[in-house]
Amino acid sequence: MTSFVEQFKRRAVQLTRDLRHRHLIQTALRKYEAVRDKTRGSFQDWQSARQAAAETKWEAVNHLDKYLVEFVGKLEARGTKVHWASTGGQARDIIFGIIRQKNARSIIKSKAMTSEEIHLNDALEEAGFEVVESDLGEFIVQLRKEAPYHIVFPAMHLSRGDISAVFARELGSAPTDNPEELTMIARRVLRNKYITADIGLTGANFAIAETGMISITENEGNARLTAALPKVVISLLGIEKILPRLEDLALFLPMLATSGTGQPLTCYNSLYGGPRQPGESDGPEEYHVVLLDNRRTELLADPEQRDALHCIRCGACLNVCPIFRNVGGHTYGTTYSGPIGSVITPHLRGLQDWKHLSYASSLCGACTETCPVKINLHHHLLQNRRNAARQKPSAIEHFAFKLFAFVINRPGCYAFVRGVARFAQKFHPLLKGKRLDPAYGWTRTRELPPIAEETFKEHWRKRKDARD
Amino acid sequence: MTEKEKILARIREALTLPAPIPGHAHANGRSVLPAGLLTHNSTPSRWLPEVGSAFEDRLALFRKNVADLKAEFHFVESADQAVGVLTNFRDAEGWKKVGTHGGPLTDPACEALGLPICRTDRAYEVTDLESCDAGISECDALVAQTGSVLVTGRSAGGRALSVLPPHHVVLARRQQLVGDLPEAFALLKRKYAGDFPSFISLITGPSRTGDIERILVLGAHGPKKLTIVCW
Repeated sequence: MTSFVEQFKRRAVQLTRDLRHRHLIQTALRKYEAVRDKTRGSFQDWQSARQAAAETKWEAVNHLDKYLVEFVGKLEARGTKVHWASTGGQARDIIFGIIRQKNARSIIKSKAMTSEEIHLNDALEEAGFEVVESDLGEFIVQLRKEAPYHIVFPAMHLSRGDISAVFARELGSAPTDNPEELTMIARRVLRNKYITADIGLTGANFAIAETGMISITENEGNARLTAALPKVVISLLGIEKILPRLEDLALFLPMLATSGTGQPLTCYNSLYGGPRQPGESDGPEEYHVVLLDNRRTELLADPEQRDALHCIRCGACLNVCPIFRNVGGHTYGTTYSGPIGSVITPHLRGLQDWKHLSYASSLCGACTETCPVKINLHHHLLQNRRNAARQKPSAIEHFAFKLFAFVINRPGCYAFVRGVARFAQKFHPLLKGKRLDPAYGWTRTRELPPIAEETFKEHWRKRKDARD
Repeated sequence: MTEKEKILARIREALTLPAPIPGHAHANGRSVLPAGLLTHNSTPSRWLPEVGSAFEDRLALFRKNVADLKAEFHFVESADQAVGVLTNFRDAEGWKKVGTHGGPLTDPACEALGLPICRTDRAYEVTDLESCDAGISECDALVAQTGSVLVTGRSAGGRALSVLPPHHVVLARRQQLVGDLPEAFALLKRKYAGDFPSFISLITGPSRTGDIERILVLGAHGPKKLTIVCW
């Protein structure tokens, strides 16, 4: 067993028993579900909207070369410097290069999951730069030296008391349990950072090929300030963020908001098409866009699972997943958690190390059903299980299935094994849930369904005899 | 070979194998979307939340959405009444200085306020704008479907005016009210085709966050208040 599996199992066991954690997550997600359903209900036809969104993303991803070239050409024509990075390391080097060239010391960041993916903050801090997350949830988890808990709600696992405590410790603020006061503490601290930061760093929700623009969705206004005030702004995004046309946003912006937070539209949906243009009075003097591959092209090369690149990172599949809701976001140990994380992490970070995530699913299909771009998530989990077994077969599993096939193909043999098991289960309560129990792995936390005292065949025969 | 060439080569290599279109498993093997798909035969207007076609319907919908967003909407009869709304705010909130940009709606309104002004459509100091009590701007459109205000760097005084001061006031004419999002994007393309401003934003309510226990707090980093004055 690799350490990733052990870590997952250990944390999952801890958190499923943590009632405080469960209460926080369930309360937050109940609120989300209520508003999401109301907003979905206001669509004239949500299912057609999903189908159209899925087709649009298919079009973009299956002609990615053409659209990327168009996107980059349009951006460069208006003075944006575009960089291409095959790996996380290259992306970090590019960003460090820009920072050093500008003699920058301080960096203000708005939310970017791609930066988590390449561990940018750690690298920047290690090199002695000041880097501050400006999204409130991200700011809180940064102060706690934690990874974001959820791709849309980074501080979902924390109570106001936890947040007050970390603010008091790190910022010296007076304790309070009022969410508004807590928000205002962060607002005051960060205001000054926007104005003094040398560099602003953002992520992106969409990249519009037709007009060469980055689209950023947010509620707080922190990304707008990050892209407005510093002299140099960098946007880091995965190559799959492409949408072909500007008007595609008319569908994708409301769908992202509805699926992500349940809002009809997120507060600020902003488009950036370059640095300050002639005649414009503000905005950065330099605008850099860093395009990140980081093994996305490997996922692209798998036509069966290519649609996982359609993901718009709304987090809807996390919110409905019974596994996520019980084990929580940090248990996964990955940048992207929940069903989409379980599907893509084995592609991005190695199938054998991360194949256990394919089993972190009840295969209920709630993720597939809720996905606004119709990614076939739970089938991809099955495909990852198959691929992992095919690549590295397990001898024990192989033997178990051989044995099963042997027994099931011989009715006499099957009847004998059933008889033994039926007799043995009378004594099972003596051992059940104890380490000596042969089924301990299961019965430690679960009930084992009993073998029926009478099989269907036996029942049928008796019934027939009685009728005759 | 540059990284650009390497990445594009990997993409082209990957795409030699076709992928099925979602919801169309049998269309596998084609390189372009076949005719008969939703994206070819429809506009999102048919699926998005319904918007009436009459001005009054749209106005009512916009009013309802803006109220849900906890923004303020003043639909008045004339430019003079709009100025009246602004002077009321000036007195009630004790404005000492406002940020604005030159424009046919903003110029007369700001002159009537009689306050020191920070103009953001020419070079300005960020700290000067930060100390303003309100930012007063024009816009490109109001969107009934979502209660949004569409702004660009060109129509609304740059990138910061509508986000840095604590109160954003939008001045708009009734002809600027459009129905739904597809109309708003069509308008953008008509108005700026070939020469887009470097910044475009759909503003939907005042700045907000739910990051603490999913409890709504207004004024996270941007304006705590958004007021739309239309005549």
